[in-house]
Amino acid sequence: MQDRIKYWKGIEELENTPEFQKHAHNEFPEFLPINDTTKEGAAGVNNKRRDFLKLLGFSVAAVSLASCEAPVRKAIPYLNKPVDVEPGVANWYATTFYSHGDYNSILVKTREGRPIKIEPNPMSNLTPMGTSPRAQASVLGVYDNNRLRAPYIGGKESDWETVDREIVSRLNSVNGKVAFVSSTIISPSTKKLINEFGSRFGNFEHVVYDPSSSSALLAANGGVVPGYDFSKANIIVGVNADFLGTWIAPTPFAKQYIQTRKVSSDKPEMSRHYQFETRLSLTGANADVRVPIKPSEEAAFVAALYAAISGGSATLPASIDKKNFDAAVKDLRANRGKALVVSGSNDTAVQTLITAINQALGAEGTTIDTASPFLVKQGNDAQMLRLIEEMNAGSVGAIFFYDANPAYDHPLAERVVAGLKKVGLKISFSERLDETAALVDFVTPDNNYLESWNDFEAKKGYLSLAQPVLNPIFTTRQAQDSMLLWSGSNTSFYEYIRNNWREIATGDFNEFWEQTVHDGVLNGRTLSTGNTTAANSLTAASAASAISSRRAAATTGDAVEAVIYEKVQIGPGTAGAANNPWLQEMGDPISKATWGNYVAMPRKMAEEREIVQGDMIKVTFANNKSIELPALVQPGQAQGTVSIAMGYGHELESMPVAQGLGANAFPIVSVVDNNLLYSNTVTLTKTDATNPIAQLQTHHTIMDRLVVQENTLAKYKENPKDVTEYIRIATHDGPAKPATISLWDDYEYKDHHWGMVIDLNSCIGCGACTVSCHIENNVPVVGKAEVLNRRDMHWLRIDRYYSAVEHEEKDYETMEDPAENPSVIFQPMLCQHCNHAPCETVCPVAATMHSSEGINQMAYNRCVGTRYCANNCPYKVRRFNWFAYFENDKFANVNYMMNSDLGRMVLNPDVTVRARGVMEKCSFCVQRVQLGKLEAKREKRRPKDGEIVTACAQSCPTDAIIFGDMLDPESRISQVLVKEQGERAFHVLEEINTQPNVTYLTKIRNLA
Amino acid sequence: MQHVSPIREPLVTGGKTYHDITEDVCRQVEAKPNARWAAGLAVALVGLAIFVYSVYRTLWFGIGEWGLNRTVGWAWDITNFVWWVGIGHAGTLISAILLLFRQKWRTSINRAAEAMTIFAVICAAMFPVLHMGRPWLAYWVFPLPNTFGSLWVNFNSPLLWDVFAISTYFSVSLVFWYIGLIPDFATIRDRATGPIARRAYAFLSFGWTGSAKAWSRYETVSLILAGLATPLVLSVHTIVSMDFATSVIPGWHTTIFPPYFVAGAIFSGFAMVLTLMIITRKLFKLEDYITLEHVESMNKVIILTGSIVGVAYTTEFFIAWYSQVEYEQYAFINRAFGPYWWAYWSMMTCNVITPQLFWFRGIRRSLTATFIISIFVNIGMWFERFVIIVTSLHRDYLPSSWAMFSPTIIDIGIYVGTIGLFFTLFLLFCKFFPVVNMAEVKAILKSSSGVANTNTMHSTDKGLNTNTHHSNE
Repeated sequence: MQDRIKYWKGIEELENTPEFQKHAHNEFPEFLPINDTTKEGAAGVNNKRRDFLKLLGFSVAAVSLASCEAPVRKAIPYLNKPVDVEPGVANWYATTFYSHGDYNSILVKTREGRPIKIEPNPMSNLTPMGTSPRAQASVLGVYDNNRLRAPYIGGKESDWETVDREIVSRLNSVNGKVAFVSSTIISPSTKKLINEFGSRFGNFEHVVYDPSSSSALLAANGGVVPGYDFSKANIIVGVNADFLGTWIAPTPFAKQYIQTRKVSSDKPEMSRHYQFETRLSLTGANADVRVPIKPSEEAAFVAALYAAISGGSATLPASIDKKNFDAAVKDLRANRGKALVVSGSNDTAVQTLITAINQALGAEGTTIDTASPFLVKQGNDAQMLRLIEEMNAGSVGAIFFYDANPAYDHPLAERVVAGLKKVGLKISFSERLDETAALVDFVTPDNNYLESWNDFEAKKGYLSLAQPVLNPIFTTRQAQDSMLLWSGSNTSFYEYIRNNWREIATGDFNEFWEQTVHDGVLNGRTLSTGNTTAANSLTAASAASAISSRRAAATTGDAVEAVIYEKVQIGPGTAGAANNPWLQEMGDPISKATWGNYVAMPRKMAEEREIVQGDMIKVTFANNKSIELPALVQPGQAQGTVSIAMGYGHELESMPVAQGLGANAFPIVSVVDNNLLYSNTVTLTKTDATNPIAQLQTHHTIMDRLVVQENTLAKYKENPKDVTEYIRIATHDGPAKPATISLWDDYEYKDHHWGMVIDLNSCIGCGACTVSCHIENNVPVVGKAEVLNRRDMHWLRIDRYYSAVEHEEKDYETMEDPAENPSVIFQPMLCQHCNHAPCETVCPVAATMHSSEGINQMAYNRCVGTRYCANNCPYKVRRFNWFAYFENDKFANVNYMMNSDLGRMVLNPDVTVRARGVMEKCSFCVQRVQLGKLEAKREKRRPKDGEIVTACAQSCPTDAIIFGDMLDPESRISQVLVKEQGERAFHVLEEINTQPNVTYLTKIRNLA
Repeated sequence: MQHVSPIREPLVTGGKTYHDITEDVCRQVEAKPNARWAAGLAVALVGLAIFVYSVYRTLWFGIGEWGLNRTVGWAWDITNFVWWVGIGHAGTLISAILLLFRQKWRTSINRAAEAMTIFAVICAAMFPVLHMGRPWLAYWVFPLPNTFGSLWVNFNSPLLWDVFAISTYFSVSLVFWYIGLIPDFATIRDRATGPIARRAYAFLSFGWTGSAKAWSRYETVSLILAGLATPLVLSVHTIVSMDFATSVIPGWHTTIFPPYFVAGAIFSGFAMVLTLMIITRKLFKLEDYITLEHVESMNKVIILTGSIVGVAYTTEFFIAWYSQVEYEQYAFINRAFGPYWWAYWSMMTCNVITPQLFWFRGIRRSLTATFIISIFVNIGMWFERFVIIVTSLHRDYLPSSWAMFSPTIIDIGIYVGTIGLFFTLFLLFCKFFPVVNMAEVKAILKSSSGVANTNTMHSTDKGLNTNTHHSNE
């Protein structure tokens, strides 16, 4: 035992000091710090436990605090504050939006250097009020993550130096023709630059084509679009021309049109609008008289109209409603000099006749401003077709694509793709790898328009400027700068524009320039050079005889006529619109369908073929090619025809929002006599598959309810007090206004009482307000699946009702069916800000309540999400956050404005993004109301009428929405209300006594 | 003293003695779980698991997991809520109102019925919380002093009234039920052999001694609680009905709702009691305590309340026509002939037509028929709430907003899940708690049972008593 090996735990044990011995029997012989405080024996016992608890408490707190730590978010303050940038204060810049005919002079609101909202430029003579939906939504384009961040060579990312070097060297050795392909360019400086750029090549051609072409219209009118002025017309006849939605220049046209449509009892006059069309367009929906015609009958119809106006003879196709045709002819003849006929046809013979009709009606100089034609369409179909042949023949040496994507949006896209293989040098200025850019050698990405300088002349004599509102986000370069650089010039395009504008400047140029940049517009001067006018080879007589000699294409068997059209929100399907979630979710103004295209067919055809909505239809057209799309039953569609929207069927990853939506309808467009005709004969085959269509509205008739009111002009003239039906409640003292019988005390409004008036006569249903509201208020986009679940988040929607088929009173089943050719009424529906709001009383936590200024408010933070308020809302305008729409992978694409760092830049910092599980709704743009009041307060005055405008009212192109203070007797809204009281002003569902602050004005139709 | 009718059947059959009652009731508490009970519990636990999963999906991803939309903001959630609250009416009604009316027959069924009430209210209470967009803030519906500023609840809101109504009802029912359990817990405690059981039941019985004073207080408290609970039986569903009645939605905005809802609640509650009792008496061999007499009495209540709801359905239609309000008229036409016609006619068939079969004595006294009809009534009453909520909302004022509702798998999961939760609780109750109130059944034994005849002065003519052949073997 004695020689047992002794192990020791440590040097202390070896030394075996008294100090060690003292602690050796303890469990923890080490000198623990908690013992430090235990100076005295007995008291030490308690102290130990307390210290233990202290330590325990501290560590628990420390650990839990550490785990609760919020992720670090960097907010970098300005080190040196830029001039003009005040954090929290918006700056406004005047610029111009133009895309495929859609022209808007705009103001861009920027906050801390980033653009967040687009508003109309009131100084513009063309678009002083309102914008188109596409212009509204275009602010998102600059934050699109799928734009190219650098130039590409052969599909690989490169840098500008390399790209410039290679392009310059290859341009120097180019063999054959150099072609510059673009859609319509209305920038005088850019056009000049392109010509200069091309002048160094032996064989250069600037080829202009439009995916939605007006080639025939141009051919019949000396290369320009006649300067239509709807505001001067008493009688308007539209033939397949959707001039309020997509045709030529819808925003200026809407402004003109509505001037003749607004009525008051002082001036009970309005124009009469006849529309003869195949599909039910936005314009047709607004017409007083709408007659469906087949595309194959269009030429014969126009010939008959020409004959009737000019006194010749031609027979009207039998299937067209003769009564309405005669009425139109009679009205036209009675209104010489005050009549206008427009046609959307791309058939030169038809357009020649239309021009002749307008001449015969004395429209030129009256309803057509001959001195100032529109320039927004310049595409030449024949030129592009010829180029495609040249490409395939191998005679094109170099080709540039600017704002053009023919591999997608030309009917001969296959030929374009084939031809491109034979072109030596292919360069695209596309901002992303679109269908064409994916096939070229070099992609030199252009800036977004909000990052660029540019000038525009949409109508002769109406100039406008575009200025950059932020630095380019990516390493992109404006196409014009690239061209200048490649031509060896040192000037920037900015200098180039300035130099170009010197010729029209007056006075000191710098002063003139500063003022013009500030205003954004310059009227009365022109920069457009004379257009290359090809004389029209047709005369009215030869066109008429050409038409009469045509044989109606006999549709046999399953064949039907199809028209290809532009959707109001998507247009020809450029990336800026197609990849924009706001536009995709806005919904078609007529069909209310979102996220995709479809085969719209009349009900009769669907019934005959046993097709129900959502059945996939195989559409087979020339050369046995086909696309598959779901069917949609569309009232008003001409019998025996279908219509299919262009702009869908993008399959590329560079457009994730649009990817896989619908099918591309461009190949159906037919090429006849070097013109693109947007109609064709197709066969429809029902397949077994289905694909539901996500509609924002699935019940289409008004069910004989008094929620929206309309009457005729004749009755209005007779007695303006007779056009609106007012609900009265029976009481002992006779019928009483519902608002006079109430259990509740009224609110007292001391300072302001905000209200809104919506003139149903002015509303054309375009949907600009819906998009504007989305952008202003950070309203989430939910995508197709959720729209199908009926969970769209639109705070402001436009209800569209079709008139029902004839039915007995209270025959509810029959009245659910829209008429074959229904009249259409639009009703913008938003929170009515009821003074006796059903939502306010039912919220258990008082999250929604009434403000002292009449606004029905939502306190998102207080909302627990019982949804009782939404159930009890008779107008169903409340929207619930079913999911978190931000930072949620499920909505990463469809709502990228809230799901990517770049996308979030577009959010309005004045409006909170709502959490999951809370209710939201229209706030009357309370942030704008507050801002207006604060600004006024700073200047020690009351807000002036018109200073505070809601987003919807500001973006309405027809001034249908008036917002203001109803307590101010001088305000426009008060005056309108006083005037219209008892005439056209009504509240929706007045009988349930919600006492809304939103008043509607009865729609008046000028029936023939 | 109690008069014993020579015609009326005794409330307890089988010639039971006091001791027999104790033995019969304590048997399942003390014995090992039987296989049928275990199998039942397994099924219930599967249901509970479905509930947990569905709730997880709802809480983690949001209410979007359900089939609701911007037009139909409530559907299965509130349907289930009202359905469960309705079921939760029978227990307290049987215990409290029948106690006040001295209906002795209630004693053998009140315990289980009250337990059913408690569990049904627990299931019901899940929905107001789960249906919230932000259930973690559910406590905001209580008028609590807070640091959010001067934020207070909105006393105008019927949902707030619901909070008070349901929580009061639940508290009172729970206390009432528990007070009744105390003497029985003491009995089990006294018989318990295992240390855990003894301690557990000792704790549960609150030191019950069985002294005359204790009994006297017990009786007093029971009466007071019955008095408190009675108005609650009427108030709870009245207030639940006001969620709808005070709104502006056609089909909801109806003054007939309070009585109609209370009748419906009693109707569905009794149906559920019957469903459960018929199973329980079989499973635990309690045929002598829960007799055909009980079943028949309850069937009579069912036929009465079923007819009341039938009249209510008709009245709604009449008033819709009589009001000349087009929205009201359409709401009801849409109910019967619109896209949800099948729900309406399911409701009519189950609630109005099938209970009329109870006019036939044979059917009224047939356990099989009663069981089937009780299931029909349960289904019918679920459809009644679905019809009221969904068909009113889906087509209200503006046709532009009209929409359809269809449930998701999570909607179904939560509903099926609450049934799982309910049966889990009920089966645990059956195993560990005395399902029949021993103390009170003993109190009626003498006055009602055939066995008592031989040794009490209140004798019944043996010749008239059909059950005497059971006695005194």
